[in-house]
Formats: sequence, C-alpha cells, structure tokens
Amino acid sequence: MDLLMKPLIALVAGFLFSFGLCLGGMTRPQVVIGFLDLSAWNPALLFVMLGALLVHAPAYYFLKHRKTPFLDLHWHLPRTKKVTGRLVFGSMIFGIGWGLAGYCPGPALASLSTRSSEIIGFVLMMVAGMKAANILIGSKK
Amino acid sequence: MWMAFIGGLLIGLAATLMLAFNGRIMGVSGLLNQSLKAPSQDSLWRWSFLFGLIGGGFLMHALSPSFFADTSARTFIHVLIAGFLVGFGTTMANGCTSGHGICGVARWSPRSVVATGIFILSGMICVGLLRWMGWTF
Repeated sequence: MDLLMKPLIALVAGFLFSFGLCLGGMTRPQVVIGFLDLSAWNPALLFVMLGALLVHAPAYYFLKHRKTPFLDLHWHLPRTKKVTGRLVFGSMIFGIGWGLAGYCPGPALASLSTRSSEIIGFVLMMVAGMKAANILIGSKK
Repeated sequence: MWMAFIGGLLIGLAATLMLAFNGRIMGVSGLLNQSLKAPSQDSLWRWSFLFGLIGGGFLMHALSPSFFADTSARTFIHVLIAGFLVGFGTTMANGCTSGHGICGVARWSPRSVVATGIFILSGMICVGLLRWMGWTF
C-alpha cells in the first residue's frame, strides 16, 4: 500500500505543478523573458514565486519539527551547505540558457504537449547537457 | 497578475505534498536527471511525477493552446543551444528554478539563495545583451 502511495503523491504533485506553471504563464517563454528583461519588465514570475513561497515556506517551517515525512522513514534533504564554485558556475550557465530560450526544466517538460520541434529539440538538448555534466562531475570525483 | 499568483499557490502546494508525504525536494532538473539513470527503487515515483508534469501540460493544452503561446524571436538553433546550457548548468548547480528557486529559498538554504540570485542575474544580463544586439521578445 505504502509502496504505491509515494508514486501516487508524486503523480498528484506533478499534475498540480504543471497546472500551476501553465496558469502562472511560465509555459509562455515571452512571460519568463519579460521577467528577465528590465527594459520592459513583466513581474508575473515574481508573483508565481511569491505565491509558491507563501504556501511552501510556512509548510516547511511546520514540517521541519517532524522526525519523518508521512510516508517515509527519512527526510531526503540536501545536507551540504557549502557554496561551491560548481554551484556558482552552473547557475551562471543555467541563467544564460534560461534567458536565451525562456524555458527552465519544468515548463519545458510541460510544453512537450505542443509537440513543436523547438520544444522537443530543447528537451533533447537539455538531457544531453545533463549527461555531459554528469560525466564532468563523475570525472572530477 | 492574479493568475500568476494562483499558479504560484498551486506550485507551492505541489512542493508541499512532495515534502510532507515523500520527504523529497520537488526539483525538476535533478528529478529528470536521476530518472534517466539506472532504474532504482526511486524510479517509480520519479516517473510518476514526470508523467503528471507532462500529462498536465497535455490537459492544459487541450483546454487552451494559448497557455503555450510563444512569440519570442529566437531561432531554432538558439533554442537548441539554450536547452544544452539549461541541462548542463542545472546539473552542475544541483538544481533549477523549482529545486533552488522555490524549495530551496523556502527552506532558506544558503546554496539555493545564492544559486537563485545568480541565475536570475545571469538571465537578466543575457536578455539585456540580446536586447542591446537588437533582439525583440
């Protein structure tokens, strides 16, 4: 029973996340680019972030006092707190790609529904970029 | 802007479900990257989430294709380059807009706050340069 509950929760979360992205305008690249464009600023992305934080930040505050999540024996939270060169470099590269196309990973996957060659190409290249980074990170260990 | 705010509330709710029940950070880049590695006992919930994310897009598209209107001026080759940079950068940084920008900032994780500040700034500089080069969006 519990074995199926976790995938079910993930499925519901996936749908809710997708609906939220679409309603928030995050699947329209010009809205995302508009947030990054100071010459014609569109604050929609800021409102999406504020809405998400308004729910999730208090939820985290209450949940962190619990010993375990409801369906698992442990929390799976990142332990590391160190700001590394890799984090800074990766975020810079991500930002450039984000500004160039107006897609980050979540909205890109949700936009596969358009079946446009652009978004399919974007997602395939995104996976290629992930694989390249995996190799680079693995080789440095 | 009310729709954007309501969309944000739904995203926050999704992140809260993942954290409260499964004890997981709802970060799409890491989730996708891990789901494409060798199958493990975590594969099923990862694929379920991705199925919901992609399937939700199809439902919204059936409701109204205008949710996905794309009027920005970049060409196919720019989109391909951007895709590679997004995949590479988010994996190097261990997170994207969802994992760092929402989940991490909500937890006030120093790494996520720094990452979010940098990718927003870097995106603004990128768009600013493209504007300066004469691009319209």
